[in-house]
Amino acid sequence: MTEHHHHITLPDGSIEKQTTTLNVGPTHPATHGVFQNIMELDGERVVSTEQTVGYIHRAFEKLAERRPLYQVTPITDRLNYCSSPINNMGWHLTCEKLLGVETPKRVDYLRVIIMELARISDHLICNSIVGVDTGAYTGFLYVMQYRELIYEIYEEVCGSRLTTNIGRIGGFERNFTNTAFTKLEKFLKEYPKVLKEFEGLFTRNRIFMERTIGGGAISAERALNYGFTGPNLRAAGVDYDVRVHSPYSSYEDFQFDIPVGKTGDNYDRFLVRNQEMWQSLSIIEQAYQKIQAFKGAEAEIYHADVPEYYLPKKEDVYTKMEALIWHFKIIMGEVDMPKGEVYKAVEGGNGELGFYLISDGGRTPFRLHFRRPCFIYYQAYPELIKGGMLSDAIVTMSSLNLIAGELDA
Amino acid sequence: MAIDNQYIQIKLTEKFGDLVFNFEDSYGMLSFEAPKEQNLKVLQYLYDEPTLGFQFLTDLCAVNYPDDKGRELAVVYHLHNLQTNTRIRFKVFTSIENTDVFTASKLFSAADWMERETFDFYGVNFVGHHNLKRILNVDEMDYFPLRKEFPLEDQTRIDKDDEMFGRG
Repeated sequence: MTEHHHHITLPDGSIEKQTTTLNVGPTHPATHGVFQNIMELDGERVVSTEQTVGYIHRAFEKLAERRPLYQVTPITDRLNYCSSPINNMGWHLTCEKLLGVETPKRVDYLRVIIMELARISDHLICNSIVGVDTGAYTGFLYVMQYRELIYEIYEEVCGSRLTTNIGRIGGFERNFTNTAFTKLEKFLKEYPKVLKEFEGLFTRNRIFMERTIGGGAISAERALNYGFTGPNLRAAGVDYDVRVHSPYSSYEDFQFDIPVGKTGDNYDRFLVRNQEMWQSLSIIEQAYQKIQAFKGAEAEIYHADVPEYYLPKKEDVYTKMEALIWHFKIIMGEVDMPKGEVYKAVEGGNGELGFYLISDGGRTPFRLHFRRPCFIYYQAYPELIKGGMLSDAIVTMSSLNLIAGELDA
Repeated sequence: MAIDNQYIQIKLTEKFGDLVFNFEDSYGMLSFEAPKEQNLKVLQYLYDEPTLGFQFLTDLCAVNYPDDKGRELAVVYHLHNLQTNTRIRFKVFTSIENTDVFTASKLFSAADWMERETFDFYGVNFVGHHNLKRILNVDEMDYFPLRKEFPLEDQTRIDKDDEMFGRG
């Protein structure tokens, strides 16, 4: 007869273990996206964390190798989906750089308006989520209806709201309607008041300040070494902004400041984003004035004159021979790209969004690599939260503006 | 004021001689190549030399050229000098049989995950990396999906051959 030993087997070392292992995510209301962290906690303090990413990896770079340029645009929507238009524009600018397409000024200014609206909606989400994680739901609920105004403008311009697929190589698919401009005016009129009130809820709020100041801080030096870009880098005190350093879409025509922080903590990141929203508003106003200054035929331009790359209007395709030919050529891939390699970066909602495009002369990219800002700076997360409280780690995660779609590609 | 591409080329040639080559101007960005054994020396020099100061690693990725025998994989570094606002592209090539390339993660913390991603998709073995394992794909995966040998389309379909993609 066999002898039974009734005892529980414990893994080696677990008796001596002084820390608690806590699994956070991948789906949890506090992670705002699909992120998993296996944390070692000493009481409530974080000793270390192991991150797992890739839960929503969709092989975008592989997909892009079999897609003509226009079919890549919807892929870019799904990177940082809080500010899809910036990704779309970044992709079109990359193609234009490779193909040598020059865009008219009016197109540039229209693009600037859309991109800055996207930046506002991106920052708005991020900052209000930081509010939610520190216990203030009001801000989040309150600003949502104003993000709606932005989405209505997208809808008026391109027909969709979240994954916008906005624009074409060389410009926009159609001119902005009067309704679009009316909606823009409404937004410009109403939003400053809302932003002011939003700041009133948080910026000097004692509870909010105590929850965010000092949490998740990073020095400028470490931030640079970690490849931080965007508001996260600027909060650490480095005034690097792609819009200023490598202007695209005529950003050099605009007057705006680069807000910077000092400590690189959650509070500074919040402040920098808020300040940037004010700057974005000012840029939109300037762009709108510039657009209104166009007169006559110039005021109707909404795309560059590049029939070999710009998809013609659908009604022309049905009625005009030339438009039909170009439509066929573009859709069927008869238009080859020049050989070459380009790297083009735009200032995305959360940092430098780069496109590294290699063309071998075929109709699809030979290789397309996305420089996804939050994939790069999320590496610093264990360093940011080490030694802090678990509840601060949650705030740090949301204040980094991590977007799972972009991170996992 | 951006550093002149020609100046960078002269400095690099002074220091490394024939070991840096294939200089070209790629849409305004200086692009060059070095043997893969030299990658860390070149990166360190670009980082330390005060008149160059490429201390920001913007991007790191790989490219697969299946027809280029002995040079099937390229590891591409995009570096940025934020003070002078100069960007350069630096490449090293490796054969697909022996994909050892030294890790840059000691120099740039940012390279840590980018190298893991490159390993994950192309199988570049970054020698000296502290935690070189898959990052976006599942650990059990036993191939490197972004290599060109893995086509996206079903290969039995004849209506989607390369000819239709401008690569006859």
